Amino acid sequence: MPALDLANRLREKFGDLLSPPAEFRGEVTLKLGDAERAPEVCSFARKELGFDFLLDITSIDNCGEDPRWTIVYHLYGIGHGCHLRLKTDVSEEKSEMPTVTGVWRTADWHEREIYDLMGIRFRGHPDLRRIIMWEGYPFFPLRKDFPLAGKPSDLPDVAFSKPAPLEGGPFVTAPGGKDAVEREPRMRTPEN
Amino acid sequence: MKQTAEIGYDSRVETDVVVTKLDAALNWFRKYSLWPMPMGLACCAIELMGTGASRYDISRFGMEVMRFSPRQSDVMIVAGTVTYKMAQVVKRIYDQMAEPKWVIAMGACASTGGMYRSYAVFQGVDNIIPVDFYVAGCPPRPEALLDALLKLQQKVMREPLLRTLKKPGPALPNPKPAA
Repeated sequence: MPALDLANRLREKFGDLLSPPAEFRGEVTLKLGDAERAPEVCSFARKELGFDFLLDITSIDNCGEDPRWTIVYHLYGIGHGCHLRLKTDVSEEKSEMPTVTGVWRTADWHEREIYDLMGIRFRGHPDLRRIIMWEGYPFFPLRKDFPLAGKPSDLPDVAFSKPAPLEGGPFVTAPGGKDAVEREPRMRTPEN
Repeated sequence: MKQTAEIGYDSRVETDVVVTKLDAALNWFRKYSLWPMPMGLACCAIELMGTGASRYDISRFGMEVMRFSPRQSDVMIVAGTVTYKMAQVVKRIYDQMAEPKWVIAMGACASTGGMYRSYAVFQGVDNIIPVDFYVAGCPPRPEALLDALLKLQQKVMREPLLRTLKKPGPALPNPKPAA
């Protein structure tokens, strides 16, 4: 299948830097050994293999494992219609990797979001600042050790931010319940 | 026989006259021409637009002038989720509105943060601006918003206008004690 062929061509060019392609339900994933060479790999993927559409860059917090961060790139080619996923690891002491904004300009905002919510810096980024939380917010909210309710901080000029009242837990629904009363969002303990 | 008086009023010649207090007259003018400032931030803004459209006509009450300029509006309808980042903007726009001004917090998110109990959502816009009416609902039906606006009209009617006019407004630094 074409996505696997393109993944193998990428692997031929970069050798042992990339793992053998893992395939699951038609999606091909390649693991990149060294995060520092990500721009090089992405540039080849865009120019030679035609992956001209960066769908998403996201980050995963492997809490407790080392390396702590995993960055995932979702590539797509409009010409050939194939998807590819690239994963790299970044350790917590470093928390930094080079940017791919030179390859796809859309990576600008995705990387800003990762910086804002996870705290991973991107070297060479044209404008690395917070995009969702306000400037001067001291925490990185989507890390696994950050509570959903938030921590108190200062909002300049206006107010302060207090932790939100969760009233016993996030309200989740039980999907697939037989009627709306069962599915209603409420705090769930392991019994119900 | 025609009544004679110093100040004569002949109802056959002059038309109907309403005798009222200045307070009541000015409040009557105000309540039937409340111009909303739609702070439409999220899904409640869709219901606000629906209220302004033809079926749940807000123009019946004189409020179809949804001026997006705070200087020209009377009531700010905060419709939608207020995030911390947006709270700064809401406060600034509220400060730019001219007295007298009222605020309606429309929907669950504007009243208390709604279902978003999280680090990014402001838990109720009443933490930064004084709210007169809270409308429950997610989103509230247009009729619920109209109910709040009608109650706001009654509140406007009750306002002691001339007493307020004599005092300097809250934006001025040192209000003089009432004479």
